[in-house]
Amino acid sequence: MQMKEYKPLIVAFCCNWCSYAGADLAGNNRLNYPAEVKIIRVPCSCRVNPMFILRAFQRGADGVIICGCHPGDCHYTSGNYYTRRRMATLFSMLDYLGIEKERTRVEWVSAAEGAKFAATMNDFVKTVASLGENKRLEDLRCKR
Amino acid sequence: MQRIGVFVCWCGSNIAGTVDVKAVAEALKNEPGVVFSTDYQYMCSQAGQDLIKNAVKEHNLTGIVVCSCSPRMHEATFRKTASAAGLNPYMVEIANIREQCSWVHKEMPLGTQKAIILGKAAVAKVNLNTPLTPGESPVTKRALVIGGGIAGIQTALDIADAGFPVDIVEKKPTIGGKMAQLDKTFPTLDCAACILTPKMVDVAQNENIRIFSYSEVEAVKGFVGNFEVKIKKKARFVDETKCTGCGACIEKCPQKKVPNEFNLGMDTRRAIYIPFAQAVPKVATIDPDYCNMLKNGKCGVCTKFCAAGAIDYKQKDEMIEEKYGAIVVATGFEPISMDKFDEFAYSQSKDVITSLEFERLTNAAGPTAGKLLRPSDGKHPEKIVFVQCVGSRCSACAEKGKEYCSKICCMYTAKHAMLTRDKYPDTEVTVFYIDVRTPGKNFDEFQRRAVEEYGVNYIKGMVGKITPEGDKLKVRGSDLIANKQIKIDADLVVLAAAIEPDKSARPLATMLTASMDTNDFFTEAHPKLRPVESPTAGVFLSGTCQGPKDIPETVSQAGAAASKVIGLLQKDKLVGNPCVASSDQLMCNGCSSCERVCPYGAISYEDKDFPGPNRTTKTRRVAVVNPAVCQGCGACTVACPSGAMDLSGFKNTQIMAEVDAICK
Amino acid sequence: MQKITTEQLIEKAAELMNEGKVASVLGWEKGEFGYDVTPGIFGSVDELKAKFVYGDFSAANLSKYLVKKTEMVQGQALVFLKTERKILIFLKPCDSYSFNQLLTEHRFDREKVYAVGVQCDGMVDIEKVKKIAGDGLLSVDTSGNDVVVKTLYNGDMKIAKADVLAERCVNCKSKKHVAYDELLGETGEVIDSNRFDEVERIEKMTPDERFAFWQNELSKCIRCNACRDACPACTCEKCVFDNPKSGVENKSPANSFEEKLFHIIRAYHVAGRCTDCGECSRVCPQNIPLHLLNRKFIKDINEFYGDYQAGAEVGSRAPLVDYTVNDVEPGEVFDRGDENA
Repeated sequence: MQMKEYKPLIVAFCCNWCSYAGADLAGNNRLNYPAEVKIIRVPCSCRVNPMFILRAFQRGADGVIICGCHPGDCHYTSGNYYTRRRMATLFSMLDYLGIEKERTRVEWVSAAEGAKFAATMNDFVKTVASLGENKRLEDLRCKR
Repeated sequence: MQRIGVFVCWCGSNIAGTVDVKAVAEALKNEPGVVFSTDYQYMCSQAGQDLIKNAVKEHNLTGIVVCSCSPRMHEATFRKTASAAGLNPYMVEIANIREQCSWVHKEMPLGTQKAIILGKAAVAKVNLNTPLTPGESPVTKRALVIGGGIAGIQTALDIADAGFPVDIVEKKPTIGGKMAQLDKTFPTLDCAACILTPKMVDVAQNENIRIFSYSEVEAVKGFVGNFEVKIKKKARFVDETKCTGCGACIEKCPQKKVPNEFNLGMDTRRAIYIPFAQAVPKVATIDPDYCNMLKNGKCGVCTKFCAAGAIDYKQKDEMIEEKYGAIVVATGFEPISMDKFDEFAYSQSKDVITSLEFERLTNAAGPTAGKLLRPSDGKHPEKIVFVQCVGSRCSACAEKGKEYCSKICCMYTAKHAMLTRDKYPDTEVTVFYIDVRTPGKNFDEFQRRAVEEYGVNYIKGMVGKITPEGDKLKVRGSDLIANKQIKIDADLVVLAAAIEPDKSARPLATMLTASMDTNDFFTEAHPKLRPVESPTAGVFLSGTCQGPKDIPETVSQAGAAASKVIGLLQKDKLVGNPCVASSDQLMCNGCSSCERVCPYGAISYEDKDFPGPNRTTKTRRVAVVNPAVCQGCGACTVACPSGAMDLSGFKNTQIMAEVDAICK
Repeated sequence: MQKITTEQLIEKAAELMNEGKVASVLGWEKGEFGYDVTPGIFGSVDELKAKFVYGDFSAANLSKYLVKKTEMVQGQALVFLKTERKILIFLKPCDSYSFNQLLTEHRFDREKVYAVGVQCDGMVDIEKVKKIAGDGLLSVDTSGNDVVVKTLYNGDMKIAKADVLAERCVNCKSKKHVAYDELLGETGEVIDSNRFDEVERIEKMTPDERFAFWQNELSKCIRCNACRDACPACTCEKCVFDNPKSGVENKSPANSFEEKLFHIIRAYHVAGRCTDCGECSRVCPQNIPLHLLNRKFIKDINEFYGDYQAGAEVGSRAPLVDYTVNDVEPGEVFDRGDENA
C-alpha cells in the first residue's frame, strides 16, 4: 500500500454571531488553513448538542472543534457559559473513555479574530493529524 | 421528497479561481432531492436572481441551495429571491464556498472537493427544511417607566414627546429620586434642584404622562408589546384629586417627631408631609406609622384644617391593571449601609457622615439651611476628612462592601472638597483616596482645580481607623506616597459610601424575567452593542439600575432607552424571527431544565390533557415557548433530555444531516 | 441499631391503609427465591401480607414508579386519585435522593404521596454471593453480621455480610433520608465515602488502557435497556433513542461501537441529575459497571463547579443548567487532571 500524507477530517461548529463571522474574516483576509476543516453554522455554541459531536466521531470525523463568542460576549448573553460547562464535562468524559483529549476542543473566537480562527484551525488540524485516524468512536458501518 | 435546485456562483474569479464551479454543480446533481443544478458568474446579480426564479418555476423547486459567499452577505438576498418566486424564504440554504473555502484554500482540487462537501451538507439540510412563517403580535402603544428619578423622568419625557402615553411608577410620594437630594452637580456646579425641578414640572404637565406616585409594581405578565402589569397604589390617606398642596395640614399636625427621610433622618417632619417644596405631585401623604388618627383614632386635626376636604383616613391600597408595550426599569441606587464599617465609627459618632448626608448638610433646604455645621453640636467644623472608596473596589471584604467601582465618588468628593474650601476658606480639607478616577468631559480639570486652586489636600492612602475622642475624631491613615502614617484630629468625616442597586430591583427583575448580575445590577442584552436593552425583549434599562453612573451618563442612557421604546411602540405589529424553539409536548417531561437555561424567560409551563388508552386523558405539565420572546439561541434544546425541545431552522435532524454529509 | 423487619413495614402500611390515608403501597415483592425481590404495588393488606418483603434484597429504588403511579388520569373508574387517599412509598436513604430529584423536576405531585423512610443496613449483591457459594442457591438469609446461604451442591455456609455487600453499599454515600413524612428505624448522616476511588483508578490509566477497559465493558452490552428502565433519572416520556425525530433512534446494537453512543448520551442526559443510586449497575444483566460513567460526571462536576449532590434538596439548580462567569475552560480541565495525576 502506498503511504499517503494523512489528512484528518475536522468538523467545526461555529456560532453565527462571533466565530462564523471570524471565519468569514479569515476568508476576507485570505488567511489559509487546511481544507480538511468543514464548518457547520449554528445560532449559538449552546446549540451544539453532545449528540452532534458523538455523531461526527461515529461517522468518521477525526476531530471536533466548537467555536463561540468569548465568555461574556455571547449574543444571547449566557449561551456560551452553558457551552463551557457542557463541553468541559463531555470532553472530560470522552477522555475518560479513551478518546484522545486532543481530538476535541473549544475555542472562543470573536468576529474580529479572523487571524485567531485561522491559527486555531492550523494548530488543531496539525494536532489531530499527529494522532492519526480516529477509530475509537467510529461506527464502522458508515465507513467511507 | 424535496425538489432542490443548486446554484453555484463563480463570484467572478473569487470563487471560480480556486473552485471548479462546473464540477461542483455537476457533483451536486446526483445528491438526493436535487433536480436541477447550474452555475453562473454572479448569482446575486439581477440576472442571477432571475435565473433562480425561472428555475423555481420551470422545475417546480421546493428548496434552494446557493453555493456562494457567506450567508452573512447574501442569505437575505436569496431569501427574497425565493419569496419573489413563490417559495417560502426559509427553504433557502447557503453553502459558504467563498469566505470559508475559495478564499482560504489555494489549490483547485482541494477547494473543489471541499466546495462539493459543503454543498452536500447544504443539500442534506434543505432536504429537512420546512417552510417557516414568522409570528406576528400586536403592540400596546403605552410605556411603563419604573422609577421616577432623573433616569425615569428623562425616559418618560422623551417617550411622551414622541407622542406615546407613558406611566411612571414611583414608590416614594414624589418623583425626583436621588438627584432631588443633591445640592450642586459636578463638574459645572449648577444646583441640582434648579435643573431637575423644571423637568419634574414638565412631567406633571405633560398630557401623555401619568404619575403613579407612592405606588409599586406588584405583578408583570405577558411579553414584548403585550405586558400586563399590576400596580399597587398605596393608600396615602389624602385624595390626590382634591389636595392642593397648600400645606395647612402639615403646619397643624401635632406629631412633629418623625425622622425626615428626605434629609436622611438629620431632622424631623410631621406625620402628614410633603417630602420637599418642589415635590411632584405636590400632594400631602399621611405616614401611617406615626399618625395618631390612624394608629389609635385620636386626633383628626388635619381634616379640620383641610379646606379642600382631601383627607381620607379610610383610604385603601388600590390595584391598577394596565397594559403596556414596553417597560423601562429605572430603579436607581442606594448608598450601601455603613453599619458594618466599624473602623470608620459611623454608628459611634454623629460627625461621621456619608456623602449623601453631606449633600443635605450643604443644601439650603437641608436640616441646617445650608450652613455646614456638625450634626453633633452644630459647630462649624474646621478640619474635614473625606474618605473615598468606602465599600467600593473592595474585593477582599466582599461581605461588607462591593467589588466594583462606584464611579461617581471621586467626582462628588472633589466637588464637596472644593465647595467647602470655597465657602469656608478657613477649613482644612483632606481627601484620602486609592486612585482618583476622572474620565469624563471636564472631569479631570475639575478635580485638578480642587487641588491646585482650592488647596484641597489629597492623600493617596486608605484610612485605617477613626476613633471619636472628646469632640474630635482621631483619623489614622497612611500616606502611600510619602510612605508614612498620618494622624488627623478631624471635626467632621465624610465617607464616600459605595452605591448599590435599590432593594426593590431584585424582586422586580424576577417579575420581569430580566437577568441581573451578582451585584443585582440589571444585565444588558449586549454589553457593548445593546447597552440599554435587557435580554428580555421589551424591557429596557435606564440609569443606575444597570450600573453606577453619573447624571450626564444617566440622562444619555435614559434618552437611549426612550428611543428604543419609541422604535418599538411605533410599530403596529411585531414580526418575530421564525427560527425559534418549540417543544413537542408529547415528549416533554415538564422537568424545567429548558426554562432554567432560557435567558429570555420565553418558556412557561401549562398542564395539558393528552388522550390515553381506553378513552382516558392524562394531564401532564409541559413546556410552552412564547415565540414572540424566544430569540432562537437553542440553549434549551440541549438542556432537554428527551429531545422534546427543538429549534426551527436548526433542527437536531438538520444539523445531524449536515454532520453526516460532511463525514460521509 | 435495631434491624427493621418486613413485619414492621407491613404493619405500618396496614395501619395507613386502614386509616384510609393511603390507597396503595409501593414496595418490594417476594419472588420465587428469597433473593429474587422486585418492585411491587400492593392494593390491600392481604396482598401486603402475602407478598411484601423488606430485607437484604429490597434493593430496587422505587421512587421512579411515582411518575406513572401519580399521573393524573381521568375517564376511568379505577383512578384512585379521585379519592383523597395517597400512595405510600417506602424510601431507603438512596431512594430519597431520587425522590427529591424527581420532585425538583416536577415529575410527580408530592401531595399524592405519603413517604415512609426506612432504615437501610446495606443490600446484598447476589452476584457476589454466587461467586462464593457457587450455583444452586436455595436461600440466602441474614443473621447478624453474617449471611447464611443454603445451596443445592455445596451445602450450607456462612459468609460475612460485608463480603457480599453491593458495591454501592460498600461505598455508601449517605445514610441520611432527605425526604419522608414518617421514619421507620433510624436515619443517619452523609458519609465521606470512597466512591470515586475506582473512577480515579481509571483516570490514571493511559488513554489506550482506558479505551481497552471501556471497550471490554461496553462490548458486553446487549442493549436490553434495563439500565434505562431502572434509572430514576431516566423518566422521559419518550427516550431520544426511541424517538425517530431525534435522528439517533435505534433499538438494537449494530456493533460494539454503537453501544458507546447510547451509554455516553445516557450518562450525559442524567449528568447533574443522577443521584448515584447505582440502579443502572445493579440491574445490568451483563454486569457492566455503568455507575462508573455517572460517577465520572459527578466527580468532574464536584471538582469543576463545587460539590453538588443531586436530590439533596428540592428545587436546587442542576450544575449543567447553571453557570458562573468564571467557570473553568474546557481546555484547562485536562491540565488540572495532569496535576492531580
